[in-house]
Amino acid sequence: MEPRRDPRGALVRPYAVTRGRTEPLQNIALEAVLSCTPTQSAEARFAGHDKYRIASVCEGRAQSLAEIAAYTRMPLGVTRVLVADMVAEGLLTLHTAAPATGFAARMNLLGRVLSGLREL
Amino acid sequence: MDFANYDPAGANRSREIISAKIVIAGGFGVGKTTLVGAISEIQPLTTEALMTAAGVGIDDPSKVPGKETTTVAMDFGRITMAEDLILYLFGTPGQTRFWFMWDEIIRGAVGAAVLVDTRRITDAFAPLDYFENRNLPYVVALNRFDDAPQYELEEVREALAISPDVPLVMCDARRRESVKQVLVTVVEHAMLRLQAEHGFAAPVG
Repeated sequence: MEPRRDPRGALVRPYAVTRGRTEPLQNIALEAVLSCTPTQSAEARFAGHDKYRIASVCEGRAQSLAEIAAYTRMPLGVTRVLVADMVAEGLLTLHTAAPATGFAARMNLLGRVLSGLREL
Repeated sequence: MDFANYDPAGANRSREIISAKIVIAGGFGVGKTTLVGAISEIQPLTTEALMTAAGVGIDDPSKVPGKETTTVAMDFGRITMAEDLILYLFGTPGQTRFWFMWDEIIRGAVGAAVLVDTRRITDAFAPLDYFENRNLPYVVALNRFDDAPQYELEEVREALAISPDVPLVMCDARRRESVKQVLVTVVEHAMLRLQAEHGFAAPVG
């Protein structure tokens, strides 16, 4: 990941990069994972500096919303607005967070996490 | 018919990556970030959220000239378990006044571990009450500090009024094996709770 070279620095008001919007198009979970193909990343070059930074973070390794915010050093709320836009624009692929409902699906997930931990 | 290129059930699509999370709670300085760091494959990261409307009336911005927002930081780590499965560990902000952030952190979580420092046992009350109210499966982990008074687990259970069905374990947040055991206990407990809610009585093997 390239180091932060944002000339606006910390002086810019946090939601200026979203043009003042504070409500995301969809409420993406903190741990929901996003991925970006080289094609999507190439397209993101034309989507503005901040969106391109986000695409770069996710290229080659899927990252959660929380990781994207941490690596780009943007506040979580701002990151969520931009990421939701990028999903709508097809610049990022959103993967599902853990299924919250359905006994079988939930048990299956817990079982996989449990064996994953035991194998560590 | 040629089956050589047959792709069952959408294998052509990019593979879905499922993520799960476990919440690590406890008072300030109890070792949450140490615990996350002991098992995470990445250095614990920090995400910052800005306190906006939720903080109005709690943090009066007029008292701090030039300060319009308060930053709430939370640390987290990552364990990639498979190509399509990632487990995240989220530490809660130490200050309990940031409840709005806690709601976001626990949404959809597998369960939680409440870390307890025997020197400041009362710090655990707020997270315990919180998880109890939100019906999130949780376990209590007593973090061993070398210079802290050593208590029996049952003494701690009594002091914190933890119900008998909540697992209580000792741990050393610096040690990977110990942290792993805490997380295994969280997931096993979550499975038991889920089974109980659906009318199964059999324990998890």
